[in-house]
Amino acid sequence: MTLDLIGKGQKLEIVHIPDSSIRAQAIRLGIYEGARLTCSEKLPAGPVILQNRMQEIAIGRNLAKKIAIKSIA
Amino acid sequence: MSCHNPIENMSIPKDTKKIVLAGNPNVGKSVFFNALTGIYVDVSNFPGTTVDISMGKYKDSVVMDTPGVYGVSSFNDEERVARDVILFADVILNVVDAVHLERDLFLTQQIIDMGIPMVIALNMMDEVKRNGLKIDIKKLSEKLGVEVIPTTAVKKEGFEEIKAALDRAKSGNSIPKVKDLMTQVIDYVDVEAEALLVVEEDENVLKRHDLENNYGKREQIYKLRRDRVDKVVEEVISETNEGASFKTKLGRWMLSPITGIPILFIALFITYQLIGVFVAQTVVGITEEVIMGQYYYDFVMGILTNFVSETSFVGKLLIGEFGILTMAPVYLFGLLLPLVAGFYFILSIMEDSGYLPRIAALVDRLLTFFGLNGRAIIPIILGFGCVTMATITTRLLGSKRERFIATMLLGLAIPCSAQLGVIAGLIAPLGAKMFLLYAITIFIVFVLTGTILNKIMPGESTDLLIDLPPIRVPILKNVLKKTYLKSKAFIFEAGPLFVLGAIIITIMDHTGVLTMISDALAPVTVGFLKLPKETAQTFIMGIIRRDFGAAGLSTLVQQGLLNPLQTVVSLVAITLFVPCIAAIMVIFKERSWQESALIWIGSFIISFLTAGILAQIVL
Repeated sequence: MTLDLIGKGQKLEIVHIPDSSIRAQAIRLGIYEGARLTCSEKLPAGPVILQNRMQEIAIGRNLAKKIAIKSIA
Repeated sequence: MSCHNPIENMSIPKDTKKIVLAGNPNVGKSVFFNALTGIYVDVSNFPGTTVDISMGKYKDSVVMDTPGVYGVSSFNDEERVARDVILFADVILNVVDAVHLERDLFLTQQIIDMGIPMVIALNMMDEVKRNGLKIDIKKLSEKLGVEVIPTTAVKKEGFEEIKAALDRAKSGNSIPKVKDLMTQVIDYVDVEAEALLVVEEDENVLKRHDLENNYGKREQIYKLRRDRVDKVVEEVISETNEGASFKTKLGRWMLSPITGIPILFIALFITYQLIGVFVAQTVVGITEEVIMGQYYYDFVMGILTNFVSETSFVGKLLIGEFGILTMAPVYLFGLLLPLVAGFYFILSIMEDSGYLPRIAALVDRLLTFFGLNGRAIIPIILGFGCVTMATITTRLLGSKRERFIATMLLGLAIPCSAQLGVIAGLIAPLGAKMFLLYAITIFIVFVLTGTILNKIMPGESTDLLIDLPPIRVPILKNVLKKTYLKSKAFIFEAGPLFVLGAIIITIMDHTGVLTMISDALAPVTVGFLKLPKETAQTFIMGIIRRDFGAAGLSTLVQQGLLNPLQTVVSLVAITLFVPCIAAIMVIFKERSWQESALIWIGSFIISFLTAGILAQIVL
């Protein structure tokens, strides 16, 4: 599934990020293929907020639609 | 060193040791900079950009501050500047936010891989405790191979230890595999650090050395680095409890629409009170009318009228109605500077408190209708202060397409504070109905233009991907410094353009071109817009200074030449109209001339068309 389908509070693992420039920028913020994160907030039709420890990152909904993830317990 | 070193132009003696501060955004670098350098600071514009670099002296060394970045590469102007300063540093003082190790250590490890000697200031140690974290500093230092000093910059804790440690700076434990890759290209570059950027496919560094991108291993290296950083963090951090402090909660409230939108409105209301009411009326009343308009004006006139006649061409050019020694400085320093400084003050507070990225996330969805992402809220908010400076900040947007859309919307539908004051004054007496008519018209044009541009513009816009820093109380000293630096940069950017504009207008006025255009416009004014012929003159004035045009209208209203509906029609025209001459010139400087011409002519057409249609409906 893709990142836009995750629910608030759920844990997830990033499976694939398609764009190489996005991949390079995201990895610096701790988002990369294989990273395990939590969706801490989800704005209605808006960005998905991912959290890793104290770190939070906002990802636009369109970008979230392109990022493949799997939900983990 | 070689001709490839861009910081050589920055007048630093050759053998002076360069201590460079590096770190992610909002980690407190500036506080360390101030602590090290005291008052001997020189702020200069980095060659070829608008990014400012602070330099100061510490003992026999030069200390340089860099913009906050998440890594050394070339994703934007700030990164390019930080990259060049870091590449040629002798010692790096890496300021790290202890609460965000997994984010910050990516940059740390990258600099370690460059092989530059380093000391780490592990900052925000007070927040570590508050958030229920525990960090094994000794272990962190061992893992990274460099000294790690715990600090709390706001309380000045750890500064003496940092100063002592700087002399002991050493290069840390680089990732062996990365080192191997670097040795393959080391002969092609000037300094070891550059070798890293060559293998990381940094386009500028490759270009500088005329290298092809054949060594490209960026993703592989980033992954190695990420793995290593995560492993280090895993080993040194332990969480003692789940500390959801008030600030964390506040951060959440700012994001969630139900609470976030009211918070945003409160913030905007405070901004309006401060900028729109206090600065625009009280402060500008003193600076523009009294300080610049009387003292300065009288001073200049007193001197110059001895040498030139006011009515001669040279006289007009220097001290006439649109003179480069009269209108330009009065406008620039009396009106613009206070407004710009006020806006940057608010913006710096929003930035340093961590609120700005949350606003961007909150409005992201809305702005995607116009082909923009949440970050575009910054130039839009700034536009209500001054479209000229807002145009400059469109640089932070990710693609050419977004910069064009944002610039067009700014030039067209955002009235600047100078205009807002006069518009409010004109429309308030006419009652709520007229105000709504005006506001809705402008809003429709804004939405339609944005939506259409998004549909017809080729290419793609970038998506939102931003770090949400923790909510913090900003440090006043840093906010003031930022305000000062940005306001100064603005004056240096817009000032010369404004003088040029003053010259052009004087020539147009002197040669009669101004009246000619005014007369030529009359059929449109009278026939289509159903306004008296005199309004054309105010439109021309509106190009010179946006509020001139609006002010001209108030004269017409006072003379009884405009009825309420005509007033609204002409206000709509004036608002949507091409922005003032300073803004036009900045647009031409920032965009290609084709794009600028399109924006300029486009807003002309849209403004008259909208005002005309409105006139045909209501008049």
